[in-house]
Amino acid sequence: MSSVLYDVAGPRARRRTMLWSIVGALFVLGLLYLAYRQLDERGQWDPERWQIFTDPPMGQTAEDVWSSLLIDGLGATLRAAGIAAAIALALGLVLAVLRMSASRLVRWPVTTVIEFFRGLPVVLLMFFGVIAMGLPIFWGVVFGLVVYNSAIIAEILRAGIVSLPIGQSEAAYAVGLGRWQALFTVLLPQAVRRMLPSLVSQLVVLLKDTSLGFIIGYAELLRRLQLNTQFFGQRYWFQFFVVGAAIYITVNFTLSRLAVYLERRGTKKAAGGVAKAGEAVGGKVGGGAADGATAI
Amino acid sequence: MDAVIDELPLYWDGFLTTLSLTLLAAAIALVLGTILGSFRVAPVPTLRWFGTAYVEIVRNTPLTLVFIFFVFVAPQLGWTPGGFFAPAVVALSVYTAAFVCEAVRSGINSVAVGQGEAARAIGLTFPQTLRLIVLPQAFRTVIPPLINIFIALTKNSSVAGGFFVAELFGVGRQLSNAHPGDVIAVLLFVGVFYLIITIPAGLLAGYVERKVAFAR
Repeated sequence: MSSVLYDVAGPRARRRTMLWSIVGALFVLGLLYLAYRQLDERGQWDPERWQIFTDPPMGQTAEDVWSSLLIDGLGATLRAAGIAAAIALALGLVLAVLRMSASRLVRWPVTTVIEFFRGLPVVLLMFFGVIAMGLPIFWGVVFGLVVYNSAIIAEILRAGIVSLPIGQSEAAYAVGLGRWQALFTVLLPQAVRRMLPSLVSQLVVLLKDTSLGFIIGYAELLRRLQLNTQFFGQRYWFQFFVVGAAIYITVNFTLSRLAVYLERRGTKKAAGGVAKAGEAVGGKVGGGAADGATAI
Repeated sequence: MDAVIDELPLYWDGFLTTLSLTLLAAAIALVLGTILGSFRVAPVPTLRWFGTAYVEIVRNTPLTLVFIFFVFVAPQLGWTPGGFFAPAVVALSVYTAAFVCEAVRSGINSVAVGQGEAARAIGLTFPQTLRLIVLPQAFRTVIPPLINIFIALTKNSSVAGGFFVAELFGVGRQLSNAHPGDVIAVLLFVGVFYLIITIPAGLLAGYVERKVAFAR
């Protein structure tokens, strides 16, 4: 495939690519080997250490370990993420609508609030919820997630509406729809569909941010990992880390794939149609995608 | 409010720690991310796979877990840094590099294929194509997302406060223990310090983005 950087390779370039490919593979394998050996020296591959998940010591059963990780840990993570996502989506919609209000008296304060919450760290918001507002830990976590993510979701929805061709709202007004009717029956449905991938990646971010609950003492997945190592001993940290990372990556990867799938489906459906308008605002749509990537 | 004014020096220390964490991690992440980004657009498959694997793994891992690795797990693997500042910088850099990599990659891919083809057609060499045609155009697209990444990094540095680094959030925690009566003022002020960094940077990103959109 030709790219902006290089043409379709000829025979010589193919040989060169092959050579570099082998060099690259050796480099990567070398890194992996170094990591493996370092771990081996510390006895991290010792089967006894991994038996913590099949036949744990100290009178515990494998079920105890797994249920503390999956049911208590992942369960708490998903519960906080699910509730926060539902509230944040609803609140984000409200904020987006208010932000596009015709009245400056509404628009400006809402814009300020959105900018304010977008610029604050989520963990600070969670901590504020627990310490200053006296919320229980769980609701503190949800509070932090909701405040931050509803601001972001509002911006995503607004970007979606702005990216629609002007003809959409003109036509809506021309057939006699009012401002609100136009917004809810014509503009928002298109904006939501267009921004679905960004919305899903924001939900991945939200799920990841649930882990900040670890810092303020919410007993989610990562805290369960730590509790387990405190119970069984620090020497099991690496094993618990690997399992914890695997759980997180599996869940998030599935969600990310969903975003990619929706994006593909969206572009296929809208090919040649409305979505082309996205290009008209060039930077803006790129910015939307980048927001998905940067909302770290 | 008095508590805030009395403790201003502590706030200032926290602010400086946040700033140095952010700047150090930003510099390292920029270098690492650019290298990974060049891997991802390289014609060599193994390098491309390596870049993709790195990005996919890191992007789907929460930052807190990356911190856990460098603070709690690394000592078990024989890496014991002095203090907590170094692992915080490393964790933030490793995490942010994945996002820088994506920005660099999408910047290069945003340059139209015809640009490169035209450059090669008039006989420019690979370094010339890169220097004169591709990078100047890619640079423009990359800057706004990069600024956004560094804003996110500033906010993410607050996670270090949960891992024993006395940056802004850490200071806020410490002060809200010390002044239980003034918690709201204490924490609001921590927020103000973050906004001092994030809001101007956000405005800058918006400004640059408008400039770029106009120039196209």
